[in-house]
Amino acid sequence: MSQETAQHKTEQADLLKLEGIGVRLGGRLVLSDVTFGIRKGEFTGLIGPNGAGKTTLLRVILGLQEPSGGQVLIDGEPRQAHHNSSIGYVPQKLVIDPDMPLRARDVVSLGLDGHRLGFGFPSSRRRELIDMALRDVGAEKFADARVGELSGGEQQRVLIAHALISRPRMLLLDEPLANLDLKSEQEIVALLGKLARDNEISVLLSAHDMNPLLSVMDRIVYVANGHVATGSTDEVVTSEGLTRLYGHHVDVVRVHNRVLVVAGE
Amino acid sequence: MFSGLMLNTWITASIVAVIAGMTGFFAVLRGSTFAAHAIPNGAFAGAAGASLIGINVIWGLAVFAVGGALGIGALGRKARHDVVTALALVLMLGLGALFVSVSTEYAEETYSLLFGEVFGVSTSEVLPIVGLGLVSAAAIALAFRPLMLTSALPEVADAQGVSTRKMELYFLVVMALATSMTIPVVGALLMFSLMIGPAAAARSVTARPGVAMALSVAIALATVWLSITLSYRTNWPLGFFVGVGGAVFYLIGQAARMRA
Repeated sequence: MSQETAQHKTEQADLLKLEGIGVRLGGRLVLSDVTFGIRKGEFTGLIGPNGAGKTTLLRVILGLQEPSGGQVLIDGEPRQAHHNSSIGYVPQKLVIDPDMPLRARDVVSLGLDGHRLGFGFPSSRRRELIDMALRDVGAEKFADARVGELSGGEQQRVLIAHALISRPRMLLLDEPLANLDLKSEQEIVALLGKLARDNEISVLLSAHDMNPLLSVMDRIVYVANGHVATGSTDEVVTSEGLTRLYGHHVDVVRVHNRVLVVAGE
Repeated sequence: MFSGLMLNTWITASIVAVIAGMTGFFAVLRGSTFAAHAIPNGAFAGAAGASLIGINVIWGLAVFAVGGALGIGALGRKARHDVVTALALVLMLGLGALFVSVSTEYAEETYSLLFGEVFGVSTSEVLPIVGLGLVSAAAIALAFRPLMLTSALPEVADAQGVSTRKMELYFLVVMALATSMTIPVVGALLMFSLMIGPAAAARSVTARPGVAMALSVAIALATVWLSITLSYRTNWPLGFFVGVGGAVFYLIGQAARMRA
């Protein structure tokens, strides 16, 4: 992002802020003193090696994991149950078998009112909202197919539509690019970039590889060794910065617009 | 075929079919078919215990079914669901073996609890079955959307404040209630086949969740009605027709899916 817009965004208040978050899992401190903020319409990459605690951090923000210290603020106030609706969540994948009787549009409809009691009888208004959400993510072609039979990329689109239909202000995605082919990967990244830009939805996406995100990421939160470093990609992803974060020597190599983080001697 | 005692048979069997179709739909959807097997069969031991101490078997069924469901639900959080279910089943069956061996005049009743006595339902038995049936059906209908959500997207449900664990417990208890009401009529083994066959057949025919559940109920009703008619005509056991019927409908459903 340009200098000017960066300036503008720092003046804006954080939509989500983590302050000094620590997480203990099974007696072991897996994250400590995690502090970063996310602003409206910003695309943030939550990057780090597998097992670094990216999913745990997302779970803390979702309210599914109690931190051992620190706090999560939304609009400056401590996160509470009523904030659930401001956060849309896209899990890594659907855990269903291929012949589960559930169409793409049913998954999206569960995003609208899956928490309500009763059947949720069809109405033209519901149908319109669901069709619109499916169109927004380019999933209208397979709206009536069983979700279990869709490809990984198609399922991701459906899950994004599911999360978006309740009009959240923030979208959390857990490794959405894992197991996707290159083409679907690019399409999903472009879709999310567009959502952040045009609809001013803040996107926080976890990934072990930052490269597919370099064109859309406003900011990076790099997780390693129980700590995070945050800022623009150029600020964070340097040999010195990551060496400090990892606690051992790493080299950052830039080749053909790709960034490689390599463990050193 | 439609008079007196037989009328009671038609009414209760139809209600049992509706409940089996509804709970079975979610049992298959949620991968809880093993619990659907364990709860009715374990509950049978409760009936043996109740009969031993001389109280109405329905209480023994209810205590063992609901207790088993709560146990599976509570312990299933920490350990693997299938292992916990198996342990609950063997524990209850072990108790059942003890109760049956201590009791002297039990053989006939044991047989009817396992295979049902749908042709001997008395008028006084019909009302509680209708009542419990309505409660179970309402409980499933009321929680239709949260049950779908927690089945398909457990993490998302939890993040939206719909507790996956609570819904699982809720479902197991409803299944236990449905079971304790239906066992005296269709028997533990038949209840299981009536829950799984129609639901599995329905899901291979349609991709729409609401329609699949309605179809599951319709197939369960068809299976039961057909079985009663055939059993009445041939004097062959009802269980034979229900078991075979479930499997045949499932195979027809699969064949329909292959062609589609």
